[in-house]
Amino acid sequence: MTKMLELKNVNTFYGNIQALYDVSLHIDHSEIITLIGANGAGKSTTLMTICGMLTPRTGDVIYENESIRGQSADKVVASGISQVPEGRLIFPELTIKENLDMGAFLRTDKAGIARDMEYCFDLFPILAERRNQQGGNLSGGEQQMLAIARALMARPRLLLLDEPSMGLAPLVVRQIFEIIKKINKESGTTIFLVEQNANLALKIGHRGYVMENGKIVLTDSCETLLANEDVKRAYLGL
Amino acid sequence: MEYFLEILFGGLTRGSIYALIALGYTMVYGIIELINFAHGEIYMIGAFTGLIIAGVLGAAGFPAAAIFVLAILGAVLYSAAYGYTIEKIAYKPLRGAQRLSPLISAIGMSIFLQNYVMLAQTSDFLPFPSLIPEFKVPWIGHIISSSELIIVVVTILVCIGLTLFIKFTRLGKAMRATAQNRKMAMLVGINVNTVISATFVVGSSLAAVGGVLIASHIGQINYYIGFIAGIKAFTAAVLGGIGSVPGAMLGALILGQTEAFATGYVSSDYEDVFAFALLVLILIFRPAGIMGKEPVQKV
Repeated sequence: MTKMLELKNVNTFYGNIQALYDVSLHIDHSEIITLIGANGAGKSTTLMTICGMLTPRTGDVIYENESIRGQSADKVVASGISQVPEGRLIFPELTIKENLDMGAFLRTDKAGIARDMEYCFDLFPILAERRNQQGGNLSGGEQQMLAIARALMARPRLLLLDEPSMGLAPLVVRQIFEIIKKINKESGTTIFLVEQNANLALKIGHRGYVMENGKIVLTDSCETLLANEDVKRAYLGL
Repeated sequence: MEYFLEILFGGLTRGSIYALIALGYTMVYGIIELINFAHGEIYMIGAFTGLIIAGVLGAAGFPAAAIFVLAILGAVLYSAAYGYTIEKIAYKPLRGAQRLSPLISAIGMSIFLQNYVMLAQTSDFLPFPSLIPEFKVPWIGHIISSSELIIVVVTILVCIGLTLFIKFTRLGKAMRATAQNRKMAMLVGINVNTVISATFVVGSSLAAVGGVLIASHIGQINYYIGFIAGIKAFTAAVLGGIGSVPGAMLGALILGQTEAFATGYVSSDYEDVFAFALLVLILIFRPAGIMGKEPVQKV
């Protein structure tokens, strides 16, 4: 496997407050990588740094052998990275179909967009049923599905997921994780999964990183992390 | 009955002009939550541009209809350029600052533009030629003049066009998405800066159309007309629910009728009293405006 994305010694700040300290990690093609950590550890900041919403003060973000550090968010999306953000951020007054259209905003291949929309409707049949309803009327689980589908509409090669389990019933969480696995397996989409629900995340991931206070403190295969005593105590509640 | 209809159409004409200006306020507010106080000045600049173009083309012997169309087009282009530039100079550098800063910048821009036009042109009222083609209106000619009819028809067409634009075009959808969640709009790849610029361009263009139409209808302009019209249109936008495009249209319609009936049945001295009393009432009973949404408290 070859490196798809690499963060090299990234330091990201909000104004004068440092959020990421020397973060280095890499994601290989077709992997599912999980990043676990407590609230405020810097997980979302890591994703926003990759997406071009934040520019690291020092360090570099390498994607497919090119630096994307400081590139605007639309360029990053165009290069094949999509994010499902924390809190889903559905466009509440757009219909489900329009939300999906927005996901494909940068694409011009009408036939391909229509095909991908059918694919999303196959993945999440509930969205197909409600395609003309406003996004704001969906339940939390349905909104999460819509957010994932919207990100897929950009036909990403790297899909970033920020806390897809947040606030959802266990049954819905399991359903969504099954679909994440399916997306990875069927289309080979590389997945970077940020989660507080460490147990589930480590079960579907190949490799994992553990983040504390803006630093990567541990990395290994997910199996090994699941068996790690520190991880168990801190994140798995065992 | 005839008197009633006359007032009704008068109110419709007023409401049309308010709508053309109010749409710019509401669209800009929808996207960046800023009350663009310089928007009235864009309308005034549109009127002045129309006057200059009409003067030049009139001297060159162009036919009246051509002058009318070209004056509007020219005013639209010139005002749009102003709107675009104002955003770049006065608001964009303050994006991310606290909300009061761009507001103060907007007021400063408004005062600057008024004084700039006063110095560059004149502080006196200038006569504005009647550009709108005169003709006899069939059936209802005794209650509505041709210029009133054209103002109303042009406004209706503009409102329909704008609604279709926002609903169906790629840029229109990007505007709606940006208004609903700017961060997410960026994450799907929308260039938010382009969308904001486009919003200023569209809003300014509509104001310029209004500027030329009303100047031509009333027959005189000066550097200060943008202030009054701007305040009224802003009132209309708040009445309808600021941030809502159909709300601005409805608010303008209601405000126009209120003023017309206050003038027609009470006294023209009271038109502002009624207009602003209505605003106060709406704000007491429906603070978000008629079509505005109550802000959702996020937990």
